[in-house]
Amino acid sequence: MDTVLDVLSCALLLTGATLTLVAAWGLHRLSDVYSRIHAATKPVTLGMLCSVTAAVLQADDAADVTKLLLALVLLFTTAPVAASMLSRAAHANRVPMGPDATLDELGDHLGD
Amino acid sequence: MTAVAWIAGVMLVAAVLLAVLRALRPGSLADRAVALDLAVVVALNGLALRAATTGDDAAVDLLLVFGLVGFITVVTVARFIERRGN
Repeated sequence: MDTVLDVLSCALLLTGATLTLVAAWGLHRLSDVYSRIHAATKPVTLGMLCSVTAAVLQADDAADVTKLLLALVLLFTTAPVAASMLSRAAHANRVPMGPDATLDELGDHLGD
Repeated sequence: MTAVAWIAGVMLVAAVLLAVLRALRPGSLADRAVALDLAVVVALNGLALRAATTGDDAAVDLLLVFGLVGFITVVTVARFIERRGN
């Protein structure tokens, strides 16, 4: 049983680290702020899900499991909010879109 | 487990370096904020890695606190950028 859990958490940890590395690479590859926000938020959140699940599998008391799950819920609710705030700030300051962008539906409609 | 911890750790360090490099490259303020936000989440990932491989209780507490502080920081910086411009 312990071996199964260990192998599973090793796989999850490696997946989490790989997704994070891919996200960091995406920051350099993608062409504008908005797509970079996309890279810096989605794969990283999935990577955190993997890493925290590995930590839960290895945790030895209920208090640690509760805290880890709480941290996960926190991350899943705050990451989209932070990304949305950042892209809103970038758009309000008219940071240009990349060469591949064709449509800016928000346009000048950013009201407070 | 130790080998996996090392491999994953090296990948996370590389990710932090890439993120900081992105923040140092010329770009808008929002760009840099995104890069540093990513660096914070990579640090959270490292704390989860430590909690999983060493069973360190302090890493779990730090994960929770650092996650909250990181979020508040990003929201504050985003509001600052929105008001003050790039």
